[in-house]
Amino acid sequence: MTFPAAVLSMAGLDELISTLAGDGYRVVGPTLRDQAIVLAELTSAGDLPAGWAVQTGPGTYRLKRRADSAVFCHSAGPQSWKQFLHPPDRKLWSADRDGFHPADDRQQPPFAFLGVRACDLAAIDTLAGVLGAGAWPDRSFRGRYRGLFVVAAGCTEPGGVCFCASMGTGPRPGPGYDLALTEQIDQAGHRFVVEAGTEAGAQVIARISHRAAGEAELIAARAAVDAAAAAMGRQMPAVDLAGLLAASRDSVSWEQVAERCLTCGNCTMVCPTCFCTTTRDSSGETGEHAERWQHWASCFELDFSYLHGGSVRSSGESRYRQWITHKLGTWHDQFGRSGCVGCGRCIAWCPVGIDITEEIATLVALREEGAGEAAGD
Amino acid sequence: MSNLPTLAVWKFASCDGCQLTLLDCEDELLSLAGQVRIAHFLEASSEVLAGPYDLSLVEGSISTPADTLRICEVREQSRLLVTIGACATSGGIQALRNYADFEEFRSAVYASPQYIESLATSTAIADHVRVDFELRGCPIDKHQLLELITAFLAGRRPEIPDTSVCTQCKRRGLTCVMVAHGTPCLGPVTHAGCGALCPAVDRGCYGCFGPMAGANLPALTRQLRQGGMSAREVDLVLRTFNVAAPGFAEHREDR
Ligand code: SF4
Ligand code: SF4
Ligand code: SF4
Repeated sequence: MTFPAAVLSMAGLDELISTLAGDGYRVVGPTLRDQAIVLAELTSAGDLPAGWAVQTGPGTYRLKRRADSAVFCHSAGPQSWKQFLHPPDRKLWSADRDGFHPADDRQQPPFAFLGVRACDLAAIDTLAGVLGAGAWPDRSFRGRYRGLFVVAAGCTEPGGVCFCASMGTGPRPGPGYDLALTEQIDQAGHRFVVEAGTEAGAQVIARISHRAAGEAELIAARAAVDAAAAAMGRQMPAVDLAGLLAASRDSVSWEQVAERCLTCGNCTMVCPTCFCTTTRDSSGETGEHAERWQHWASCFELDFSYLHGGSVRSSGESRYRQWITHKLGTWHDQFGRSGCVGCGRCIAWCPVGIDITEEIATLVALREEGAGEAAGD
Repeated sequence: MSNLPTLAVWKFASCDGCQLTLLDCEDELLSLAGQVRIAHFLEASSEVLAGPYDLSLVEGSISTPADTLRICEVREQSRLLVTIGACATSGGIQALRNYADFEEFRSAVYASPQYIESLATSTAIADHVRVDFELRGCPIDKHQLLELITAFLAGRRPEIPDTSVCTQCKRRGLTCVMVAHGTPCLGPVTHAGCGALCPAVDRGCYGCFGPMAGANLPALTRQLRQGGMSAREVDLVLRTFNVAAPGFAEHREDR
């Protein structure tokens, strides 16, 4: 089913936020804090980062003033929607002498995410496939995911570390949104072309000030987003990644990357699809009360592969190889898709700027060299 | 009462800040007092019970000849010996003298240096006796201390992960000061525990908790140099509370 496209003014966008809030949603979207564009609960369109863009590269992220007052013309920041759907710290249960109490999983007010990029929409879907599906879904995740209302934002100005086009996840937001906005600023003013992806989305638009979008306007908005595919700062080499990684187990490149890798875990923490957790127990001062909490964990931590007596992956080589191999290779075997959506966060937020696309390019080059040598023998 | 496990707190060369962390646990201390017998804790009480002790918390570094003997006695009297803080774990900030002219220091600092009986180095407790667990930090973190004691009481392993400050920084949802502001930060090589206190106030990590296991110092120092720090400045950020921790010390150019 398709719904007629509409156009919102800035005031209309503000109405969208207040309408969603009035419907009981916690509206989360981009806002300026600590010299970055972060995700937080919004109370009005005034909270959006109007007039700010970002400049990203390996290991660097800087805010940049824009000449206009665009609110969605910035690429991914230090956080992702994972923060909300799969929180970093969560109580699982507590126990007292009088019994065992599972954490209260009753539905909190549902989230409405505003300004979800194509890559992040794919990431949310990936997380849902990992945590929300299968024989033993994470009920707590499912509760937060089920009531979700998604307002996607098409990217017209991708960032320096973006490569969603080469991962097949963007720049045009794929299915899964309730509404998809494309921000446009020109002589005709500051406006948002909106397409509804669901009945719920169309109903919200019907309740706020808008006008119908003309055919030409819609085509122009879509073309602006599609053109962004050619403006990505990076691209993932178009090879069979799973096969490449499987064949590169003993590559010399692992040693080279481990020389630079801090094993700090930042890449996994910022990745919108990295889902690993660990649990920690506490037992109170009197031993009368115990709790178990779930925390984000990282395959770069030594403790992550700790079995009796030691860590299985003690070297930086083995940890980096584990991460990239799972992300781009074995994720396919496990979940039937790639674990990477091309958002570029791991590249920008790695303190030493290790670049997942460059590491793959190195593996490809080494394989070709090896093949060349073998042929020359 | 007499069946309660006994706790002893010992002080060597230190500022007392780590012991104060225990006193700072006001609310928890009352419930703890019913679970352990505080047998030796001069900062809190002049009552001293004879050993042996079930759990000894040792603060401070070994910096005098007398210390080297006393720590052996403490070890003999203790079933479990846990060091608390950077001094006990790596020699503390006073280990700066390990890299300087000790005699010159002694005569510059004291009016009558002939009365000062001190070692030329300040060293970690583990350099002298077997240590069962090391609690990091300058000072230690209250929550980690309580975790250590409650784990001891329950007979379980303390949940004190040896991971980077970055993991806590990101879980708190902070923006990386290194990436977003270009502020030098030791978080990627530093043992977690403080909860990313400094990045939360827009500063880089000072490394108070010392190096995490497997820290890649050369990679970070290279990055700090690229960010504009001189070799001397890099050495200085590694010359603080954990100056003598091998994970940091081995990577200074001025060692
Ligand atoms: S691996 Fe990197 S680029 Fe891919 S989804 Fe994760 S953070 Fe984004
Ligand atoms: S790749 Fe970068 S962010 Fe990831 S663990 Fe290594 S240094 Fe840290
Ligand atoms: S601010 Fe420091 S501790 Fe936090 S992620 Fe960045 S490098 Fe790590």
